[in-house]
Amino acid sequence: MPAMLIEAFCIAQSPLWMPPDGSLHGLAVDRLMRWNLVAICICFLAAHLWLIVALVCRKRRVEVPDFGPRINTAINKGLQPRDFSQYLRWTLLAALCAMYVWMAVTAQHLWAQSRYAGPSLEAMQVEVVGEQFQWYFRYPGADAAFGSTRPNLVDATAGNPLGIDSHDARGRDDVVSSALVLPAGREIDLRLRSLDVIHGFFVPGMRLKENAVPGLVLHVHFTPTVPGTYPILCSQLCGLGHERMQAVLSVVSPAEFESWLATREHARAEQTAP
Amino acid sequence: MPATFTRHPVEIERKDTGIGGKPPLDRRPTGGGGDGDNWDNRPHGRRGPRELLTRYRLGVLFALAGDLMFFVALVSAFFVRQSAGHFDARENYVSDWHPLAVPPILWINTAILILSSLTMEMARRQLFREIDVMDEWLGLGRPAVKRAAPWLIATLVLGSLFLAGQWIAWEQLVQQGFYFNSPDPSSHFFYLITGVHGLHLLLGVFALAGALAAMFILRRIELRQIVVDCTAWYWHTMGLFWIFLFGLLAFFQ
Amino acid sequence: MKFFTTQHRALGVLYLLLALAAVAIGTLLSLVMRIHRVWPDTPLPFLGVMKPEDYLALVTMHGTLMIFFVLTIAPQIGFASLVLPEQIGARSMAFPRLNAAAFWIATVALLVLLSASFVPKGAPISGWTSYPPLSAIPAAGPGEGAGMDFWLASIGLFCVSSWLAAVNILATILGERRAGMTWSRLPMTVWAWLVTSILTLLVFAVLLAAIVLLFSDRHFGSSFFVPAGDLINGRIVGRGDGSPLLWLHLFWFFGHPEVYIAVLPGMGLATSLFANFGHRRVPGYRIMAAMLVAIGLLGLVVWGHHMFVSGMNPYAGTAFALTTMAIAVPSTVEVLGWLTMLWGGGLQLKTPMLFALGFLSFFIAGGLTGPILAQPALDAYLHNTFFVVAHFHMVMAMAGCFSIFAGIYYWFPLMTGRLMNETLGKLHFWLSIIGAWGTFFPMHFSGLAGEPRHYERLTGPATSFSGIVANERGITSAALFLAAAQLIFLWNIFASARRGRIAPPNPWQATTLEWSPGDANGRIDRGPYEYEIAVNEMKFFPQWERASKQE
Repeated sequence: MPAMLIEAFCIAQSPLWMPPDGSLHGLAVDRLMRWNLVAICICFLAAHLWLIVALVCRKRRVEVPDFGPRINTAINKGLQPRDFSQYLRWTLLAALCAMYVWMAVTAQHLWAQSRYAGPSLEAMQVEVVGEQFQWYFRYPGADAAFGSTRPNLVDATAGNPLGIDSHDARGRDDVVSSALVLPAGREIDLRLRSLDVIHGFFVPGMRLKENAVPGLVLHVHFTPTVPGTYPILCSQLCGLGHERMQAVLSVVSPAEFESWLATREHARAEQTAP
Repeated sequence: MPATFTRHPVEIERKDTGIGGKPPLDRRPTGGGGDGDNWDNRPHGRRGPRELLTRYRLGVLFALAGDLMFFVALVSAFFVRQSAGHFDARENYVSDWHPLAVPPILWINTAILILSSLTMEMARRQLFREIDVMDEWLGLGRPAVKRAAPWLIATLVLGSLFLAGQWIAWEQLVQQGFYFNSPDPSSHFFYLITGVHGLHLLLGVFALAGALAAMFILRRIELRQIVVDCTAWYWHTMGLFWIFLFGLLAFFQ
Repeated sequence: MKFFTTQHRALGVLYLLLALAAVAIGTLLSLVMRIHRVWPDTPLPFLGVMKPEDYLALVTMHGTLMIFFVLTIAPQIGFASLVLPEQIGARSMAFPRLNAAAFWIATVALLVLLSASFVPKGAPISGWTSYPPLSAIPAAGPGEGAGMDFWLASIGLFCVSSWLAAVNILATILGERRAGMTWSRLPMTVWAWLVTSILTLLVFAVLLAAIVLLFSDRHFGSSFFVPAGDLINGRIVGRGDGSPLLWLHLFWFFGHPEVYIAVLPGMGLATSLFANFGHRRVPGYRIMAAMLVAIGLLGLVVWGHHMFVSGMNPYAGTAFALTTMAIAVPSTVEVLGWLTMLWGGGLQLKTPMLFALGFLSFFIAGGLTGPILAQPALDAYLHNTFFVVAHFHMVMAMAGCFSIFAGIYYWFPLMTGRLMNETLGKLHFWLSIIGAWGTFFPMHFSGLAGEPRHYERLTGPATSFSGIVANERGITSAALFLAAAQLIFLWNIFASARRGRIAPPNPWQATTLEWSPGDANGRIDRGPYEYEIAVNEMKFFPQWERASKQE
């Protein structure tokens, strides 16, 4: 078993055991995660060291009597001995509180950066739709607008898995794909939707997670920077096929992305040609 | 020992004694003061006439606190649901909440329930009248029960009238086409809220019937006091809940 | 012992037996899960090859059994029934018949839950958290039909049972204390039961309301949680503008205080045991008690940290992150208090003390990963990964279970008049602590690698987390080891109950009232942990002895 642990350590590609980061904000997240793990490891080892030493050195030492809660008159307060362990305790508490405050503040900074503000106006919009048990990705096409969808039009066998309304002109150039392809270096604004139950859109390599909730349209934005393929996993229990609900994010160069998208748009145009 | 209301003439003038020194601080004729008046600081069974009553009242208080949280959760769901909506095809935010006008009989029902709380309180107080309690405790008949019983029966009748009135309100709504089994949230909520409250009140009516029976069956006046007292607090709380719930349905849709 | 006994100690034993039955079944289910994760295609006895819905049903039943029927029952009403009246100097609980009623309702609830596995389409698959619309629409998955209804009925009954138990405990603590048993003379366990009962009273009612609303969505055509146009299996089932997030808010408003209900009694017991086996007073008794209250109260306002990535408003996420980080402070004070109590020597490492130390170790470990999960920026990566599984198993399952073990070893003489075997107890402790660390520590790494929860096996793109497979084998071996160690405990209980060493009147030299000889009945003058620190003697003043005028 120890061998397996060591193996796990070694196989991990980053000292954090996390998959390699491919996004812009991921650097800061990883740094924060590293510092947090270091901090709690130190606290953990220190506490257990104290515990073990206290257990090993169990021989009773001479102690000044501990004046319990009963004796609390003014006279006796003056007689209370300076208790080293009291000072130590309060100092430790103050240090730990400072650590908690630092953790909260640094994390809040990152959270505000990524979630308080919306995407920039140049961000590319992609819609992500979760359905039991498949992810669909929709690109808005040349008009940069998504066509409206209706649940009663959903028919995967007829090639309309999202129920795009054919009467809506904006939907004629929408490209639906089961793989998410994105250009490196450009900010992406994801529109998360679900058709049936709550799903979780999780891309570990992009340090990105947000639930797709039916009845809501949720937005998250990020910037993929490193080309490669990244697994997309469902992180919210959604039924039988929860573990099979996976997809692949391919981050490619802008030129490759353009050609990929052009092919798809062309195919879509032929599909909806009158 | 059973509990009673005691009214001592507290305000006794602190007369100058004429021999110097100060009169006692406590004006009660039997002295008192200090921690000896804390009944709880005595052995079990010697904590005064209200020992058992306090225990049961505490139990009822905590039980009702839990019940309150249940209603708070339902009411918060009510408010959340009211503000829910979706974006239609034209990107307009539409809400599916269509406020339901409460049937006017609910006003009468509310008045009946408030009246029943008054009669319940009268019943409760009759069981604590000092002279009557002492008579019962000494075995000289049951004057307290005789005074309380009619008020209890009145509460029972009014409570049943309330429930009947709620049922009529439901039937009126069904006739107008508003059902429980309905996607229309305001319709469903009306039935849910009045139904849950009505269920609690039905339990209260059973408790009243039980209290009425207990008054004649139980042998100790102390236990009779407890049964009626706890039923009374439960009844008042349900009345109070109703006022809030009714206000919610009538004014906050 | 009468069948429908109202005697509190007998009921305490019955509650603990109920929890024992639940933990045995829950552990078996978890072992089946673990074996499946290592050998996914091997047919198992009685089950055959496991289907995905079987795995999810195991997950759901495991979580439900453990959290409700083990960790809510045993530390709180189980132990409270056993010793609370004595610890405050009362003769019995305030409402003995209510206690019995609560027990039998809990038993029925357990039977109803277990029957869910045998209804058509089987047990529910939506986890112990049952998020709608998955749990609201029978067509959304196998087991979401009758199985889900049974789950709702069981937990609904359990809510009623907990409510009654909480009323009883509160009325007992507030009204039945003996003369002289003031608030600052209460044993720390009583403070813990006070806080957990208040929490229980407040939050189980909210769960019951949520269950009523979910039941209504399932059977009465309402739309509390199911949004408009919800499309399940090709049929549009959503008729009104329901909000799945409403369930999350209601459930987690219950769910977070629930985990504090599971761990606070253990914290109170740890303090008591450290005082007892360290032969020292509790330094800062009032602060320790105040911190229990603070943790309980703060626990009511942190529920949103389960919902950072659920679609909740990010500003609300910040608010919950701040309150959650704030809870770290009273927890840290408690831990520092315990560490201080252990310093200075004189510790008797009897079995209950060992398990209290194990509790402390797991509480520290699980508690330290809490602040990481409290930060939304980091939780956005770690939510619903195995990191969270490791966190709550360490701090709730292991710490909570170790506190239950500590309580059972400690109060066994009160239950049976005999002592449990020390050697077997120590063996049980060491094997369990090694097994528990071996099982749950590696899960942190799987979580950091990104392995999500509720996956019965890794397929497709997820298999890129190749390091995880090594983890799985190690974890399963440790889990089997841990479960095997519990057999020692079971043997110890049943053998010692019959043939164990007869216990002397106050075997642990305790000061709290449950150890008082039967005739001690006077006023309480002393604090709960009046030990005197001296070099050679072990002087202590039990609470049932009157203080002499000279002191």
